Amino acid sequence: MWFLCVFYHRLLDYRKPEVESLALMFGAFDSDDGGQDGGEHLEWRLPEHHHPDSPFHFVDLPSEDVARDIANRSILVKGIYELWGEGNNYEELEDAIKDYPDERKLPYLSPESTFRITVDSFGKVISFQEQNERIQSLAYIPFKGQVNLRNPDHKFWLMETDDYGTNNGLPPVVQKRIFFGREVGGADRKLLPTYQLKSRTYLGPTAMDAEMAFLMANQAMVKPGKLVYDPFVGTGSILVAAAHFGAMTMGADIDIRVVRDGRGPDCNVWSNFKQYGLPTPIGLLRADNNLPPWRPGLKEVFDAIICDPPYGVRAGGRKSGGRKLLKGVVGPYTVPDDKRTDHIPSTAAYSLVECVHDLLDLAAKMLVLNGRLVFFYPVLREDESTENHFPEHPCFVLVSASEQILSSRYSRVLLTMVKSSPYTEEIEEEARLKHLEFKENHLKWMEDGNLHSAVFSPGESVFVAEGDPKVSKETKPKYRGKYV
Amino acid sequence: MRLLTHNMLSSNIKGVTNGFPLGIVVEKVIEKPVEMNPDFLKNMFAKIEWKALVDASRSMGYAELPDQVDSSMLDSVEFLQRFHHALLELHLEEGALVCPETGRKFPVNKGIPNMLLHEDEV
Repeated sequence: MWFLCVFYHRLLDYRKPEVESLALMFGAFDSDDGGQDGGEHLEWRLPEHHHPDSPFHFVDLPSEDVARDIANRSILVKGIYELWGEGNNYEELEDAIKDYPDERKLPYLSPESTFRITVDSFGKVISFQEQNERIQSLAYIPFKGQVNLRNPDHKFWLMETDDYGTNNGLPPVVQKRIFFGREVGGADRKLLPTYQLKSRTYLGPTAMDAEMAFLMANQAMVKPGKLVYDPFVGTGSILVAAAHFGAMTMGADIDIRVVRDGRGPDCNVWSNFKQYGLPTPIGLLRADNNLPPWRPGLKEVFDAIICDPPYGVRAGGRKSGGRKLLKGVVGPYTVPDDKRTDHIPSTAAYSLVECVHDLLDLAAKMLVLNGRLVFFYPVLREDESTENHFPEHPCFVLVSASEQILSSRYSRVLLTMVKSSPYTEEIEEEARLKHLEFKENHLKWMEDGNLHSAVFSPGESVFVAEGDPKVSKETKPKYRGKYV
Repeated sequence: MRLLTHNMLSSNIKGVTNGFPLGIVVEKVIEKPVEMNPDFLKNMFAKIEWKALVDASRSMGYAELPDQVDSSMLDSVEFLQRFHHALLELHLEEGALVCPETGRKFPVNKGIPNMLLHEDEV
């Protein structure tokens, strides 16, 4: 069954993956092959002449119930509609609506029902008077019900797009197109102001913004009763979103001040959950992602792992081991027995490659089969080839990669992976050897994976190799994420 | 720290081969009632090391868990309530976790276990 799916014009790369994840979660693929995660995709279609970045898409979903579930849970879907007609002008629209079968229309036009028509536009403003005229012009539809603007049974939408020029940094979208449809479901974006970071009590410098945290939870298919883990929990901003969707949460961080103390008794990770009336995490601990303290036989406990690893641009990762020790400045030393109790171990910088290796290994072991790993991965935008070099693991299949541009230098990509095969002894042994290699060649890995210097190095050095710096700069699209 | 977390943790000090289960030094235990989710408990039951949970709950002053269990007991509401209480409602607020091999203490403050190793333990 085809529906018109209209998106908010934001985070363009994230829109379809979100709908596909939710479709899988709400059982859209259940009839195919028992709901095996990884291979399924929805069928999408664009309106005529529309650019792929257009907010208007058609999507094939098995039922109206699934469509409603997806729309109501989604963050980026403005609405999913049963399309009654479309056209390049109002004459074409009228013909299309009249042609739409009566048995689909009449149940929603009955005298006992209430309804509302909303006029919406993309790329231009329609005055109040024009809106009224447009609604009046729909008089050929036999509405029998009562108008109710506040809480109608049926919501109808008249949506127009128009050419709005190219001045706003967007690609030239479309020729004028008009859609009329009945709303099946729409996103509840009211939860975004509720959860916005500026009203959050306890914040860190890299707290995940609420919209993105909810998107990550949707990518991870978070549901009530599931157990979600964040190994870089910080102030808990990602787990708050997971808890909102009913998950049990667990988090770890290497910085004890962040997880244990916060900024006082009513300003810490726990209070961030209480603030919204959410259940607090079932476990918070201080642990090192490089040497996780999970008992050896423990595996397949988490339904999803969602995190924003420290990749060394705004916040650098740390691991156990001692800064000077790993640099070879001092020899191995032992902590004297009388100082052991209150000893604060020094930590060493943690390179991105090693951090992601550890994360994938941990996830491969600790996720249930078909469990999802959702995390951000930074990409330097100069290097075109990096696009195909996302981290890989034999246990995981990449489901989606959505880019968000952060600056002209770098982006972050939200990777969604699904655990498609079990963690075997061979994989465990391979990971152990890799772990030792990282430890022995600590300095080399630190230099190789230094994203901070690439992002903050002076401009000339980056663009010199590419010839005319201006040209190479302008070829990069700017609108995907940062400005939209 | 709930006993669910305790059941998942071990001492990962270099050279330690048998770091599970961690002993518990109790300074302060608190109880926080939470709503029971039978599906979650049934799901977790298969992942739990039962003896470790029984011993841990006893050291926290709760002796109502049976020594022997099998999955048929999950049909009993009374058993689920005890399991739920031990797993999710008992908190070690202050104390320490003790490595069974070396005796090294991992402090627990404000309910957060500090599992980070010293430089000479990694």
